[in-house]
This record gives sequence, structure tokens and C-alpha cells, in this order.
Amino acid sequence: MKNINKTSDQYKKIVSKKQPPITKARNIINAFLVGGLTCIIGQGLWELYILLNLSKDNAGTLSTLTLIFLASLLTGLGYYDELGQFAGAGSIVPVTGFANAMVAPALEYKQEGLIMGLGANLFSVAGPVLTYGMVSAFVIGVLIEVFGG
Amino acid sequence: MGNYWTAFLVGGFICALGQVFLDNTKYTPAHLLVGLVVFGSVLTGLGWYEPLIEFSGAGVTVPVSNFGYILTKGVMEAAKKDGLLGLFKGVLEIASAGVSGSVIIAFFVAILFNPKC
Repeated sequence: MKNINKTSDQYKKIVSKKQPPITKARNIINAFLVGGLTCIIGQGLWELYILLNLSKDNAGTLSTLTLIFLASLLTGLGYYDELGQFAGAGSIVPVTGFANAMVAPALEYKQEGLIMGLGANLFSVAGPVLTYGMVSAFVIGVLIEVFGG
Repeated sequence: MGNYWTAFLVGGFICALGQVFLDNTKYTPAHLLVGLVVFGSVLTGLGWYEPLIEFSGAGVTVPVSNFGYILTKGVMEAAKKDGLLGLFKGVLEIASAGVSGSVIIAFFVAILFNPKC
């Protein structure tokens, strides 16, 4: 009975300890394949937009936005979570995972209202990412100013 | 800016590392995303991210570490131009499209769709 009060994190840990190594290897391969394919799509969009006469920087930005749009849409339709079951980090590490991390909690908490439900939970994962991203960018800027990089 | 092969191999490799991180620690995907962004930011400060993009293209611009790159690149460029004020002005200068875009797109998708039960 002492195992019954585990949080889902602890439970995951127990499960992962009991998992045979072959499952872990398969997880890594799946992550590699799906993550790599996502990058190929990103590369394709980037090169396509350059062909359409956008500058290299603008084409890169637009391909990121396209991936964000596609991942948000797939999340809304409920398909991204299924992909995540298979791909693990392959669906988290690319920017598509960031988009999913915004849409999924926002959808889930929508019923708690448009402000504190949808609005707040849009940032439940994106908030920490933006906070630490902006702070580390600032700190590195300061370090470069101080040490004259 | 890389080709399909380098994008696939480098991007896949970063995701595989992420999977190893998730499978062998108690950390959540949110920790992984934060770690990658800070990592990308540090690499940019060291001047290593740009060469990585030249080599692997979307292999490093699609993973979220690219957020760290564009945030930090914005700060560094603005600091050159505007000094101390640039440290604040630059953060979202290049990253604006990605940050604003993801908020706006995510908002409308979350408004239009309902969770699957």
C-alpha cells in the first residue's frame, strides 16, 4: 500500500527504472527520426521561401511560423499528442513542441475561462521558456559588454 | 545554411539527446525546453551558433535552442548600437516574430478548437 500515494512524476520514474533497455533505445531512435524529419520539413520550407524571393532571414522566420502554425493546428485537432506518445523528445525539442506546449494547456483549461483559463495557461510552459530565454540573453549581453567579447 | 541531410542528422541528434535527458532524469519536458533555450543562448554568446547554422541549417534552427539564439543575437546587436539601453531593447528585436506569432496563433487555435474528451 505504500506505493499508492505516488505522484505521476515518481510513478514515471519507477516505470522508467523497470523499463527494459530495448524500450529506451527505441525511444531514442523514434525521437531521432521524428525530430530529424521535422527539421527536414523546416529546411524544405526555408529553401522554398528563399525560392519565393524572401531574404534568408525572413524565409527562416516564416518557416518557423509555418511550423508553429502546423503544430498548433495538429494540437487543436488532437493529433499532436498521439505523435508525442510515439516520438517523445522528437516532438518536444523542435519549435513544434513549443507551439504544442502553448496550445495544449490553453485548450485543457479553456473551461476555466478565457482570462485565467485560456489566457494564463497559454504561458504555463512558454512562460518559463521565455523568462529564462530573455534573462539568459540579457545576462550574456551584459557579460559581453563587460568583458568586451 | 546546411542541406536536408545535415538538417536531419543534427536535428535528430539534438532530439535524441533530449530523449536521453527525459528518460534518465526526473525532469519534465518544460525543463528540457528551458534548458535548450539557455543552452542556445550560451552557444550564441560564445559565437558558436552561427557556424552551426551554416553547417546544419534547419537542424539547429528548428529545435527550440534557436529561441535562445535569436534572443541573444538581438541583445548583442542592439548593445553594439545603443549600448546599455540596447541590452533591453534588443531581446525581442529578432525574436519578435516567433514570440508574437506563437502567442497569436496558439490563442486562435485554442479559441477555435475544443479539447478531445
